[in-house]
Amino acid sequence: MAALLEVKNLGISFGGLRAVDDFDVSIKKGQLYGLIGPNGAGKTTVFNLLTGVYKPSEGIIKLDGVNITGLKTIEINKAGIARTFQNIRLFKELTVLDNVKAGLHNHYKYSTVEGILRLPGYFKTEKAMNERAMELLKVFELDEEANLLASNLPYGKQRKLEIARALATEPKLLLLDEPAAGMNPNETIELMNTIRFVRDNFDMTILLIEHDMKLVSGICEELTVLNFGRILAQGETSAVLNDPQVITAYLGE
Amino acid sequence: MSFISYLINGISLGSVYAIIALGYTMVYGIAKMLNFAHGDVIMVGGFTIFFAVSMQGLPPFVGILLAVVLCTILGITIEYIAYRPLRQAASSLAVLITAIGVSYLLQNLALLIFGANTKAFTSVVTIPAIKLADGQITISGETIVTIISCIIIMIGLTLFINKTKAGQAMLAVSEDKGAAQLMGINVNGTISLTFAIGSALAAIAGMLLCSAYPSLTPYTGSMPGIKAFVAAVFGGIGSIPGALIGGVVLGIIEILGKAYISSQMADAIVFMVLIIVLLVKPTGILGKKIQEKV
Amino acid sequence: MKKLCISKNLKDNIITYGIVILAYIIVQIMVSTGNMSSLMQGLLVPLCVYVILAVSLNLTVGILGELSLGHAGFMCVGAFTGAFFSKCMEDVITIGLLRFILAILIGGISAAVIGFLIGMPVLRLKGDYLAIVTLAFGEIIKNIVNVLYIGKDSNGLHISMKDSLSLGLEPDGQVIINGAQGITGTPKDSTFTIGVILIIITLIIVLNLIHSRDGRAIMAIRDNLIAAESIGINITKYKLMAFSISASLAGIAGVLYSHNLNSLMATPKNFGYNMSIMILVFVVLGGIGNIRGSIIAAVVLTLLPELLRGLSNYRMLIYAIVLIVMMLFNWSPKLVELRKRFSPRRLINRTREVQ
Repeated sequence: MAALLEVKNLGISFGGLRAVDDFDVSIKKGQLYGLIGPNGAGKTTVFNLLTGVYKPSEGIIKLDGVNITGLKTIEINKAGIARTFQNIRLFKELTVLDNVKAGLHNHYKYSTVEGILRLPGYFKTEKAMNERAMELLKVFELDEEANLLASNLPYGKQRKLEIARALATEPKLLLLDEPAAGMNPNETIELMNTIRFVRDNFDMTILLIEHDMKLVSGICEELTVLNFGRILAQGETSAVLNDPQVITAYLGE
Repeated sequence: MSFISYLINGISLGSVYAIIALGYTMVYGIAKMLNFAHGDVIMVGGFTIFFAVSMQGLPPFVGILLAVVLCTILGITIEYIAYRPLRQAASSLAVLITAIGVSYLLQNLALLIFGANTKAFTSVVTIPAIKLADGQITISGETIVTIISCIIIMIGLTLFINKTKAGQAMLAVSEDKGAAQLMGINVNGTISLTFAIGSALAAIAGMLLCSAYPSLTPYTGSMPGIKAFVAAVFGGIGSIPGALIGGVVLGIIEILGKAYISSQMADAIVFMVLIIVLLVKPTGILGKKIQEKV
Repeated sequence: MKKLCISKNLKDNIITYGIVILAYIIVQIMVSTGNMSSLMQGLLVPLCVYVILAVSLNLTVGILGELSLGHAGFMCVGAFTGAFFSKCMEDVITIGLLRFILAILIGGISAAVIGFLIGMPVLRLKGDYLAIVTLAFGEIIKNIVNVLYIGKDSNGLHISMKDSLSLGLEPDGQVIINGAQGITGTPKDSTFTIGVILIIITLIIVLNLIHSRDGRAIMAIRDNLIAAESIGINITKYKLMAFSISASLAGIAGVLYSHNLNSLMATPKNFGYNMSIMILVFVVLGGIGNIRGSIIAAVVLTLLPELLRGLSNYRMLIYAIVLIVMMLFNWSPKLVELRKRFSPRRLINRTREVQ
C-alpha cells in the first residue's frame, strides 16, 4: 500500500527552543496511527505543522504524493487534511447542524447573489447540504441535537461534533487531537467504536494524539512516541508500548 | 529658525502624548484592554484644576494635587465598576464597548455640569519663557515644564517597574495572569494599581495640555486621548520607552504637518501614520509579537 | 427537526418585515388623517436613515464580530457622492426618481469600494486595533471632505484642496462641493416611502446573507477564526465581504440622509465619532447580532428624546448609561450565569434533557 502521508525531517524552532526536531513519519492509506508522548513533547506542534498553523523551519510534508509543505491552513484543508483541537474549537453561537454545514463550505457552493436573492440554486444546494449534514450527525448520534446551539452540547458530544465537522470537509487524512480527553471510560469505548466506524465507512486515514493508553492500544495499529520534540520510538503498537525507553519516558527515571 | 521652534513645540506636544500614552500602554499590557475612557480622565483632570484654581481661587499646587487624587480615584472606580465584571467575558468586544460607554458618560457629565462653552484655562505654570539665538527662538515655560515632567515620569516609572515589588508584580500579571495568581500575586490589586497610576498620569497630562492649549471643553481629552493611543501603538503597545518614542514622534509629525502641509489636515496626517504603522509593523517599533495558542 | 429550524428562521424574518410594514401603514394612516405633527413628520426620513445604519452596523458588530467606529465615515462617503451626483445631474436627468435611484446606487457602491480598500489591510488586525483604525478612518474622511472643493463648468469638473477660487471656474461655472460649506441645494428626493423601501431592501440583503452559505462562513469566523481556517474557509474574503456590504448599506443611508437636507456639511455631529457611537448604542441596546432589535432600538432611542422634551438635555447621558448597563448585563459572566438559571428556555431545555 502507498503511503498517504509522508513526512521527512520535519522541524521547527521557537526562539532558541527546538520544539520539533527531525520528525519522520509515513502513514499508509486507511491506517489508524497514534502519536503519543509526555506533556510538552511537541505532539500538538506536529499537528500545527501538518495543518499549516506553523511554517516548518525545515522538512517536507507530502500528502498523497503532493508536496504541501508551507501551504496555508485553508489550502492544506483543501488538499485533504482536517483536524480537531485539543481545546475544543466549535462555532459556539451556531447550531450543531450549522457547524457541520460550515464544514461542507467548499463542497456545496452557490453564489452570494443566489443566496441573497434566494434563487433556485440556494434552495437546491441548502437542501443537499442539510441532508449531507444530517447523515454525518447520525453517525455521531447528534441528529437529535441538530438545532441546539453547539455551546449547549455536553462536553463529550462537543468533541464528537468537532470530528463530524472535520469529516464534512471530505479530508483524506483526519487528525484528532486528544479526542478522548475529559471522557469517562464508557464514553471512551463508544468513541473508539466511532473512530473505527469512521475509518471503515469513510475510507479514512486517521492520525491521533492521545493520552488514554487503553484507547491507543485498542485502536492504533502503529505508533510514534515523541519526547522533547524528538522521535523516541516508532513502529507497531504492541512493540512500541513494550519498549523500555518508552516506559522510562512515561514513568520517569 | 522657525523649523527649530516647530520642532520644540512638537517635542513638547509629543511629551504630553507620551504621558497619556503611558496610561494606555500600561493598561493594555496588563488588563489587555483598550481603555477608551482614558482620554476623558485627562479632561476631568483639566476641569478639576479649572474648578479649583480659576473658580475657587485655590493655589495651583492644591489644584493639581486635587486633580491627581480625583483622577486616581476615578480610574480605580471605573475599573472596578465597569471593567472588572467583564474581565472573563466571552467577547473581547464587550469590555471595549463598555469603555466607550464610560468615555461617553464622562463627556456628557462634564457637559451637564460645566456646559458646552469653551472655558479659558489659566496656565498653572509660572516659569518664564527662555529666549535663544538672539530672541529668534522662544521656549515657553509650559514647554520646559512639560518636557521635564515627561522625563521625570519616564525615569520614575521605569525605576518603579524594575525596582519595586509592585512593579515586578505588574510585569508578572502582564505576562500571564493565571501564573501570577498562582505565585500569590494579587491580580485584581495589581490591575487597580495600574489604573491608579495611569489615571494619576492622565491628571498631570491634563494639567500640561490645558496649560499649553488653554481652552477646556468636555471633549478636550478625546482627540489627544485617541492620538496618544496612536502613539502607544506606534511605539509598541505595552512598552514604556515605546510610549515615549511614539509620543514624541507623533507630536513632531503633527506640529510639522500643521505648519508645512495643512492645518486642517493635521489630524488626518496623524491617523494616516497609525494606519501605515499598523500595516507595516502591527506590533509597533518596540512591541513584541503575541501568537494565539492553538 | 430540519424543517422546524428553517421555518423558525422564516417566521423570525416574517415578523421583522411585518413590523416594518405595519409601522409604515400606521404612519401613513396617521399622516393622511392629520394625526401627526409636522415635527414628527420631519423625523420620518432620519428615522429610516438610523434604522438602516443600525442594521448595517449590526452586520459588522454582531455577525462579523468586529467593532467599527467609523460607520459615520461610510455614511459620509455615501452622502457626499450621492448628493454630488444628484447636483451634477440635476439638469441632465429630470426624472427625480430615476436620478435618486442612480444616486443611491452610486453612494452605495462608493462606500463599498472605500470599505473594501480600508478593510483589505485593516481586517487582518485584532478587535481593538480595528476599532481605533476605523475611528481614525472616519475622522480622515471628514477632514478630507472639509477641504475638498469641486466645481463644474463647460470645461468639465475642477478639483481643489485649497479653496473655491483656485478651482478657476468659468463665469458660468458652479461650485458643487464647497469645502467646509459642503453641498447646498441637493434635490430633496428622499421620502418616507423610499426610506422604508430601502429599509426592506437592507433587511433582505442582511437577513438572507446571514442565513446562507456566506453568512455561515462569516459567523464561523466570528466564533472561532482558527477553526474556520482549519475547515477551509477563506477568512479574508468573508471578512471583506461582510465589511464591504455593511459599508455600502451605510453609504445608502448616507444618500437618503443627504437628499433630505438643503445643505450638507461634514460636521462632527453628523459624520463624526459621536454619530458612529450613537449607531453603536442602537446596536447594543437592540442586542448584538439581533437585527430586529436594532430596528426597534433605533426607533425607540430616536423618538424617546423627542417625545419627552424635558429629557433632551440628558439624551447623550442616557445613551452612555444604556451602553454600560447593557454590556454589563449581557456579558458579565456572573450576570449571564444568574440569568441563565432563571430563564424559561433553559428550564425547558433541562426538562427535555431529562426525558
